Amino acid sequence: MPVAPFIACPECDLLQRETPLPPRRTACCRRCGAALYRSTSNSLDRSLAFTLAAVMLLLIANALPIASLEVRGQHVETTLWGAVHALYDQGRVAVSILVFVTTLLAPALELSLMLYMLVPLRLGYVPQHLSLAFRLAPVAREWGLVDVFMLGVVVSLIKLGNLAVVVPGIALWSFGGLILLLTAIGAAFNAREFWLRADANRAAASDVARSAATHPLEPVR
Amino acid sequence: MSAAHLTAADAGLLACPACALVSRPPRGLADRRGAFGARCPRCGAAVHLRKPDSIGRTWAFLVAAFVLYIPANALPIMDTSSLFDAQQDTILSGVVYLWTTGSWITALIVFIASIVTPLVKLLALTALVISVQCKSTWRPHARARLYRIVSLVGRWSMLDIFVVTVLVALVQIQSVAVVTAGPGAFAFGAVVVLTIFAAMSFDPRLIWDPLQAADE
Repeated sequence: MPVAPFIACPECDLLQRETPLPPRRTACCRRCGAALYRSTSNSLDRSLAFTLAAVMLLLIANALPIASLEVRGQHVETTLWGAVHALYDQGRVAVSILVFVTTLLAPALELSLMLYMLVPLRLGYVPQHLSLAFRLAPVAREWGLVDVFMLGVVVSLIKLGNLAVVVPGIALWSFGGLILLLTAIGAAFNAREFWLRADANRAAASDVARSAATHPLEPVR
Repeated sequence: MSAAHLTAADAGLLACPACALVSRPPRGLADRRGAFGARCPRCGAAVHLRKPDSIGRTWAFLVAAFVLYIPANALPIMDTSSLFDAQQDTILSGVVYLWTTGSWITALIVFIASIVTPLVKLLALTALVISVQCKSTWRPHARARLYRIVSLVGRWSMLDIFVVTVLVALVQIQSVAVVTAGPGAFAFGAVVVLTIFAAMSFDPRLIWDPLQAADE
């Protein structure tokens, strides 16, 4: 049984009454100061817009080389997938899986889940596995380390800069944009608005079903 | 005091970790310790009074991370072989290399991300678990903030793994130099993942529970 107007702090469990917030403010726990919820307007539409842009950048970031290197007339370049593959070929299977999951799988999964949830909600219905997707999305977000990866690329290019001519690739800039967009999605997404929309869509769907039951269509012969 | 600080657990309510909905557990489950088996009525996530076995699980991940911390720093994470010599780099020698070649800021970033952060995270989580086990009421705000910072910065320790990944992919020039990942990379990656798991299994609400008991 849900207990609606109350919220429990996720970090200290203090029970507090929810109050409406002025726009762009965050409600914090009265006792421990943890962030409880934010007021956002149009959160679902903005999340969807950021997600669509992030999908584009994710595709570019993975299709193009992240950096290239030139030594004595030899030219080497690598994509993210190429880097994962190089580790795998050297027998560092566990490390290559770790890199694959944190830089490729987790962001791709997070964006797919956002699309799976937000596109149907925008169109007025509720996807079948909404709850599952909602629970998986934060896990994917937690394990996505695109920002750390970006810094790792920069550090390795600085290391190589002493030995060779290094050129940052287009994918590196795409990763930079992707980091900003993933942060923007996290900031825009509002779970409260999300569930309100889902409930509204469900209610609308059951109204349609009820009116269809009371006024059944004639079968077409 | 206790009226001002009523927790969801005191009120017999469960808060969903995924969607934050506060709900009353079904009658049969309410009596059982921790309300195991209860699900959030809105999103279906498993809800518990406190994260299950929080202290035991956190300890398990911490001990495993402490053990692997030694090979992670002692074994080479990267082998460089060129025509004239072969060189093995540990995490620390990588920092020293950056420092001696004049990239001080980069050396500092890598030093903080790869050496300071994992050690501080391990020690901080250990201190937090011990304080919770002793039912300490000492400065809960400071400990809550420590947990928040530790779970936020832990991910940056992965930095060195990504540096090795990029070097392995780019430095494959047979006549000049070839870089391969060393066994330390596995141990180091494992330490980072284990500390992330340790931070996830720790329940910060346990910091505040002894204060509730003291109030009553």
